[in-house]
Amino acid sequence: MPNSATAGGFLLVLAIVLPVCGVLLSLVLGGRHAERIALILMPAGLAIALAIAAAVWSTHNVLQYSVGNWSPPLGVAFRADGLSTAMMVTTAVLICGIGLFARGQFPSPQQSELRAPLVFWTLMPAVWGALNAVFIGGDLFNLYVALELLTFAAVPLVSLDGRAETLAAALRYLLFALFGSILYLLGAVLLYGAYGTLDIVLLSGHIQAEPIAWAAISLMTTGLLAKAALYPFHLWLPPAHAGAPAPASAILSGLVVKAPFFLVIRLWFDIMPRMPQPAAAQVLGILGAAAILVGSVVALRQVRLKLLIAYSTVAQIGYLFLMFPLAIKPEMGHPWNTTAWTGGVLQAISHAFAKAAMFMSAGLIAEALGHDRIAELSGIGRALPITVFAFALGGVSLMGLPPSGGFVAKAMLLTAAVAEGQWWWAVVVLVGGLLAGGYVFLVLARALADSNEPLTLFATVSRRRQAVVVAVALCAVLLGFVPLHPSEFLQIGRPGIAVGGIR
Amino acid sequence: MSDATLYGLCGAVLVGLGLFGLIVNPLPLRKILAFNLIGGGVFLLFGVVARRGAAAGLGGDPIPHALIITGIVVAFAATALAIALLLRLFRETGRATLGSDG
Repeated sequence: MPNSATAGGFLLVLAIVLPVCGVLLSLVLGGRHAERIALILMPAGLAIALAIAAAVWSTHNVLQYSVGNWSPPLGVAFRADGLSTAMMVTTAVLICGIGLFARGQFPSPQQSELRAPLVFWTLMPAVWGALNAVFIGGDLFNLYVALELLTFAAVPLVSLDGRAETLAAALRYLLFALFGSILYLLGAVLLYGAYGTLDIVLLSGHIQAEPIAWAAISLMTTGLLAKAALYPFHLWLPPAHAGAPAPASAILSGLVVKAPFFLVIRLWFDIMPRMPQPAAAQVLGILGAAAILVGSVVALRQVRLKLLIAYSTVAQIGYLFLMFPLAIKPEMGHPWNTTAWTGGVLQAISHAFAKAAMFMSAGLIAEALGHDRIAELSGIGRALPITVFAFALGGVSLMGLPPSGGFVAKAMLLTAAVAEGQWWWAVVVLVGGLLAGGYVFLVLARALADSNEPLTLFATVSRRRQAVVVAVALCAVLLGFVPLHPSEFLQIGRPGIAVGGIR
Repeated sequence: MSDATLYGLCGAVLVGLGLFGLIVNPLPLRKILAFNLIGGGVFLLFGVVARRGAAAGLGGDPIPHALIITGIVVAFAATALAIALLLRLFRETGRATLGSDG
């Protein structure tokens, strides 16, 4: 049953191999070819992601490919279920948007070779390939390698400008990531030692409720939390995400932190569905709630716009982990049926678009003004109305105002919290929404205020780049118009499908 | 005590020492070394797993060995990247620390 390759499985291989080939070609050809290669890869990768989505949608089944025709446990399987497909399409759309935006920021020079554009255009496909490998990997060790590839591609993006402070931020990010990945690897070794396989599907059949499984899962989860920057492992995130150039920040904040979160879902819902741990899930929820409160309050106190957005990422990552206490219950056979599960996943997707749009608009504002101090933003709303509009659209989704993806996600979490009788999570969601409203309003109030002296712009910002940012922000809003039960597609590949939506 | 247990305990000690160093030591270079120490411990544990999984007349389970080699390559790459960043930081600032909270 699950161990045979399905038709269309080669698409999964293409989704990884194509970006990797692009990276290798960029390394060989160098110079301005890197940008061209990335621009060719963007539509091709988007087409592949959509083709995978179409295949999964039409067959209503998992798309599977066994590398070298060796089936697990000896071989390595790629699997794309509804969840991984949704993440892949999100990644592809967002990378295309960020790529179009970055053309204005990292133009490749005609003759010579500049370091920053070359590195950006080479690493963007590298991040993309690594993300796809994380989303479709079916083997825990393979996922370790994919996570490491993602880290190695993401860390240099932080220090593209080569300033000392961004180098320090990149090094700190790398050290946290290495701490996380080595714990993950240790857990994977323990699981292999106990059950003799690393394949997710096989493992979910063998795993027992016993100490070694707990030890392994807790080690892996802790490692992944360090990579996902969940409170109290969030210290590395703000300097790294705020110090990177705008397109790189958008990739890091929108997509890269979602990969370890995705693996936590794999661990908790795919590997151990038969042994739910409500108590441990509560711990994840508490850390998430702490992240929401601490991240939002610290964001309110920031002086610089990009740091504010970075702390808001810390808070929004907290929302993702609220799904665990709400979806994992002792009496439930299939925790993924719940509204909370869909809400958590939808939050991951809508936050990706909203946060990317906010980082890119902050980048445009910083380009135009030459700084990003919030107190001195007045007048920018008149100078760059489209950019500020995009920032506001992203903010609407973060606050959870209708109609936006963030609204549907948070409404689902709220509904689940009330339905489960765990009202304290509902309070956290509401307070987090209010605080988000606070810091978004803080920026907008400054930006829309009239300035006393005429605003001098350092650089003109092209309309095309502003249009791209608005398009990305609109994606976050349009997610709110997805019918209120998008769960059906996300549930593909999970037994016991129950299409419910908001109950 | 069998050989496998001895190696397993050695691996556990290495992981523990490395974790302690990674968390407690403020200097990035020491943190990188501590990361390698944990890596060594994890690979040793994987070797023990291979030995314990021996079947069909083989001396050990071959899969962990393949994974160890991949793991070593990944850890090597990680170390190289970290050292490169640290060297660059040293060249820019003249110090090899991460500031107050390093």
